[in-house]
Amino acid sequence: MQVKTTILSLPTEEFVHPGTRACTGCGLAIAYRVGLKALGKDTMLVVPPSCLTVLQGLFPVASTALSGAAERGDNFIYFCYDNEGYMNTGAQRSGTTPIGAITANTPFKGKLQQKKDVPAIMAAHKLSYVAACSAAYPLDLFDKIKNCMHLPGTKYFHIHIPCPPGWGYDPRYGIKIGRLAVETGYYDLYEIVNGEFKLTAASEKLVEKRKLVPVQEYFRTQSRFRLLTDAQIADIQQKIDEKWAGYYNKDE
Amino acid sequence: MGTRNYRRKTSHSEHGPGDGGRTGSWRVERPVLDQSLCIPCKRNKEACFICWLFCPEIVISRTIPPRVDLEYCKGCGICAEECPTRAITMVDEAKFSEEDKE
Repeated sequence: MQVKTTILSLPTEEFVHPGTRACTGCGLAIAYRVGLKALGKDTMLVVPPSCLTVLQGLFPVASTALSGAAERGDNFIYFCYDNEGYMNTGAQRSGTTPIGAITANTPFKGKLQQKKDVPAIMAAHKLSYVAACSAAYPLDLFDKIKNCMHLPGTKYFHIHIPCPPGWGYDPRYGIKIGRLAVETGYYDLYEIVNGEFKLTAASEKLVEKRKLVPVQEYFRTQSRFRLLTDAQIADIQQKIDEKWAGYYNKDE
Repeated sequence: MGTRNYRRKTSHSEHGPGDGGRTGSWRVERPVLDQSLCIPCKRNKEACFICWLFCPEIVISRTIPPRVDLEYCKGCGICAEECPTRAITMVDEAKFSEEDKE
């Protein structure tokens, strides 16, 4: 077992300059910065412009391109950051927008469909490494990148990024909300190394504790969930509990 | 052809801070540190640095005391929210005088 990185052992060299165009309190900037620390100086980074294209590129339009590359086993790391909508054009609905969330084009009832489980789709390609991370857990992201760097073929990272304007919250609560998503069991941190699934960081601790924060706490923090009814919340809570019952069983 | 300096004729940029301009002008609230509460300041050794880790804009230094680069700080308030001892408070920019803002 490799030693976990702490704040004090995290490299101090920065590869991102201050004064970016990202919105105030954007979670991406944290993931971007810590990710580059892990990858180091000899990194070639291909970034489609801003928060729009990443999502558009992957979720509905060109997932074939990534799927094709993964199938061929091209050697690269793909970081998909998931802010759950087309945030750059004004928060429209995307494939990973969760059920019930209000977006620019689902303003009255919220999104009616489920969130697409993109990491599971990528895991089905039998990649050497698939990870689900969050901007609220940068050290977990750092360790995962370090873990995967020696592995062959395509590596896929899914990073949950709180988005203040798109989700509707005061920028200062960004990290708290990202953390709440994990503590409620709504979003899981895990890694799949050569097909072996393992929860990490806070999600791993939740299995030990056997206690989740009610998911309502998470919904309450963001204005995009204000239309969720109690019945819908109960339904989502039940799905989360079922998912976690599976994790608890595996642990025993 | 070979002696021409094409770099002068095409648009090219060097990396450096301020790609999005002086983003400090976006700020409506300014983080102010109370050193009597800050953990690394109190212990006078490397500790905590949660504000440094979570700052999305990389404007908080990993020093004792941590310093904020107000030229680029967008005032998101994540540092104030995450600080375990509440040593950072967000103060309205209007409370600072004009000279102070320069």
